[in-house]
Amino acid sequence: MKRTAIPRKHADSPQELVERLISGDRRAAARAITLVEKGAAPGTELMKRLYRHMGRSMVVGITGAGGSGKSSLINHMIHVLRSQGRRVGVVAVDPTSPFSGGALLGDRLRFQAHSMDEGVYIRSMASRGYLGGLARATTDVVRIIEAMGNDVVIVETLGAGQDEVDIIHVAQTCVLVLTPGMGDDIQAMKAGIMEIADIIVVNKADLDGAETCLRSLEATVHYGLAEKDADWIPRVMPTVAASARSEDVRGIEDLVDAILAHQSYLRNGTAIHEVQAKRVEQELGLVFRDEIQKVVFKGLKGTGKKRRYIRAILEGRTDPYSVVEEVLKTFLKV
Amino acid sequence: MGTDKIKVIVSKVGLDGHDRGAKVVASLLKERGMEVVYLGMYQTPEGIIKAAVDEDADVIGLSYLSGEHLVYTPKIVDEMKRYGLDDVLLIVGGSFPPEDIEVMKRMGVDEVFRGGSLTSSIITYITENVR
Repeated sequence: MKRTAIPRKHADSPQELVERLISGDRRAAARAITLVEKGAAPGTELMKRLYRHMGRSMVVGITGAGGSGKSSLINHMIHVLRSQGRRVGVVAVDPTSPFSGGALLGDRLRFQAHSMDEGVYIRSMASRGYLGGLARATTDVVRIIEAMGNDVVIVETLGAGQDEVDIIHVAQTCVLVLTPGMGDDIQAMKAGIMEIADIIVVNKADLDGAETCLRSLEATVHYGLAEKDADWIPRVMPTVAASARSEDVRGIEDLVDAILAHQSYLRNGTAIHEVQAKRVEQELGLVFRDEIQKVVFKGLKGTGKKRRYIRAILEGRTDPYSVVEEVLKTFLKV
Repeated sequence: MGTDKIKVIVSKVGLDGHDRGAKVVASLLKERGMEVVYLGMYQTPEGIIKAAVDEDADVIGLSYLSGEHLVYTPKIVDEMKRYGLDDVLLIVGGSFPPEDIEVMKRMGVDEVFRGGSLTSSIITYITENVR
């Protein structure tokens, strides 16, 4: 009855999709995102055209461990941002199964209250094996959602541990979500995720230990300041994002205010240019790596060389470094 | 890279609070390599369809237990038409009288799986009919 012969996906040309999505067409944006997630030639074509329409959105990253309340916080943040008349886009990343390749994307259900709002675009993404807390295509997806004309793009990482810090290459403002009882101040002094936060939120601040947690985080932030010569001092703030009674939800307006304050700090000075330049540098690195790998593997395909290299390495006749050096000499003429 | 994953929305509609079946099916689809956007309970037809648009979903799976399937299904089908989602599979699962299967198919549902259906039949149906 339905099943038409029309190939649904990727039926539209990249050029058409770009034109439609920059006029705010969410279906075109949704399809464009599927294209870039797929990572094939039409997705590349689309991104080439899209870069001419760079957005001016605030890009805000929300990171933290699984279950810390990132999605619930974002739900309330959308509410506040919408009441200020801002259009909001959200990209929420969840992990792909290393066994099946499938994923259960369970962030969107926390934002469904906004699903009827035309001023909110939400997209769930599976990480598809990419490390660092995001998906390979997240940077491109953020560019697409910016180009739709959203004022704010919120990027939610998957449940991040100590070292999943790629969000700093995508977001201009990074919010780290912690909860009471996650460890002492030594945990907070470690390198990695603790260092990337412009704002540190202690969510579930109605739980025991929240006060101690806030105090030790504040102290930790100040230990590091002397070395950093930073104009922005990371803010530490309590929130309650999920509660049986909605009147018990608190700290959300303060959080949005802090995000906007960080954005004006970036935009009033030159800091925003550094952030933008770092983002492009990261994108350039990613694209280089992907394209070189594609060129090399395409060249090796069908030659049986890859198998011979693997055998030679296993038999101790050579090593991966020498193999790559040799292969690159042939393919890239370096 | 270069992967083409099947994206499925799994949801319940209305006030039906029985989500065990929907969770079992969502996990199953994940185990079989699909990307499942789980919306859970208390959703509206409009909200589900907006999610399907934003997510560029290939399949919408609805789960019913408390007898609202003939009320909400036509609303979902109408919303799909309104947004032009004529190429998205609509699948219904749950508990209802066998005679309602044909009723729902006439409404525009592509396939129906009652309680007791084999999980393999759901997977086979989706992989053979998507796109």
